[in-house]
Amino acid sequence: MSFWEVTLSLLRGLGTTGRLFFLTLLFALPLGLLICMASTSRFAPLRWLTKTVVWVVRGSPLMLQILIVYYGPGLVFGWPLLPRFIAALVTFAINYACYFSEIYRGGIQSIPRGQYEAGQVLGLTRSQVFFKVTLLQLVKRIVPPMGNEFITLVKDTALARVIMVYEIIWIGESYIKKGMMWPLFYTAVFYLIANGVLTVLLNKFEKKLDYFKA
Amino acid sequence: MAMLEVQNIRKSFGKLEVLKGIDFSLEKGQVLSIIGSSGSGKTTLLRCLTFLERAEQGSVTVNGDTIFDAAEVGKISAAEQRRRQLHFGLVFQNFNLFPQYTVLQNVCLAPKLQAKERPDYKQHTKEIIAEIEAKAHALIDQVGLSAKCDAYPWQLSGGQQQRVAIARALALDPEILFFDEPTSALDPELTGEILHVIKDLAGRRMTMVIVTHEMQFAREVSDHVLFMDGGLVVESGTPEQVFDHPEHERTREFLSRFTQA
Repeated sequence: MSFWEVTLSLLRGLGTTGRLFFLTLLFALPLGLLICMASTSRFAPLRWLTKTVVWVVRGSPLMLQILIVYYGPGLVFGWPLLPRFIAALVTFAINYACYFSEIYRGGIQSIPRGQYEAGQVLGLTRSQVFFKVTLLQLVKRIVPPMGNEFITLVKDTALARVIMVYEIIWIGESYIKKGMMWPLFYTAVFYLIANGVLTVLLNKFEKKLDYFKA
Repeated sequence: MAMLEVQNIRKSFGKLEVLKGIDFSLEKGQVLSIIGSSGSGKTTLLRCLTFLERAEQGSVTVNGDTIFDAAEVGKISAAEQRRRQLHFGLVFQNFNLFPQYTVLQNVCLAPKLQAKERPDYKQHTKEIIAEIEAKAHALIDQVGLSAKCDAYPWQLSGGQQQRVAIARALALDPEILFFDEPTSALDPELTGEILHVIKDLAGRRMTMVIVTHEMQFAREVSDHVLFMDGGLVVESGTPEQVFDHPEHERTREFLSRFTQA
């Protein structure tokens, strides 16, 4: 099997990896904000429930969570299995949302009280204060820690292979049975390129917000 | 009748009683300075009057309209609350400019958001925006920062930031402007430029309440001085009465520290 054939099949795997990455972000970014609001809610039971969920999700291995989401409902309730990709996506979205929620919380709490107060005495509504005053300051503060999570997510998608989602590592590994070790190692190049591009984009975005200091 | 009437304002934080019943009044176009040591309740009083804290008792009226009444708390809609709040402007000790906006944008933000609620906004958007910006330019000019219209707050000195904050507060045409230790975060050199702007406002008959540690300034600019201690107004009167002929021992003690220094 030629180098180009291997490259092509790995690129197909990279497609699955990429879909998992983008869809996870699509769901986890807003879900994280909801979890953040729930974990800082004034309603204590909701706060404690949310904090417990965040503790369980951040405190246990992601690989185990994927297996539980995929096999759990069938084993416990006798439900049919979810499609593999969907099971992986659900797990990633919830898992990353929990990490994001803590980043949001840190960002929100780091904005000085005076910003809210200045908005208030100028007669702004609460939503105007959020959207016109604090949101952009929040975004600026969370870009670096979010960037870290994005880069970790690119690599974490490889864990989906435990339920046989045909992402790039799974495909790389499949060549071992055919006596080829190098395609698995070769996958590293794809990750490095993907994360290289991601890093450049994140830096560009950070630069865009450099015009102000907060 | 006085323009501003403050009656029996009381406020506690937990068991600590910070304001033990404050009364004062102020005539239109006059300047009131509030002096006193740290912890005397000056800033808390200002925060109660500008709705950043909620007093447990007392009332505030402006031109006879009730702006705050502790008995009404919880019965007032957020919109009504905001409407009432706009009688007052507040300049903070540490400026609190919005860092992502230029000087002009900082001054224009609130008026522009308010203008959107006007019924004729859709029809005359351009004229209204132009009007707001022209007024903002005039205010920025008034505080001497025309050259800095497009600068961001981090590019300005503390004194310049505070002058922008004053222009920002004035942009909403408050009837009374409150200052919470406006020069305490500034070095002496920059303090002068803020005091100059406030004096200029006093000359324009702006009604102002100033919490300050600048005794000389308070004496020069005020029509009325309040000395607070332990959550109470200990002494009040004209600057001459309070500074030159204080009746209370506590006032004399407080003032002597400034004359020695």
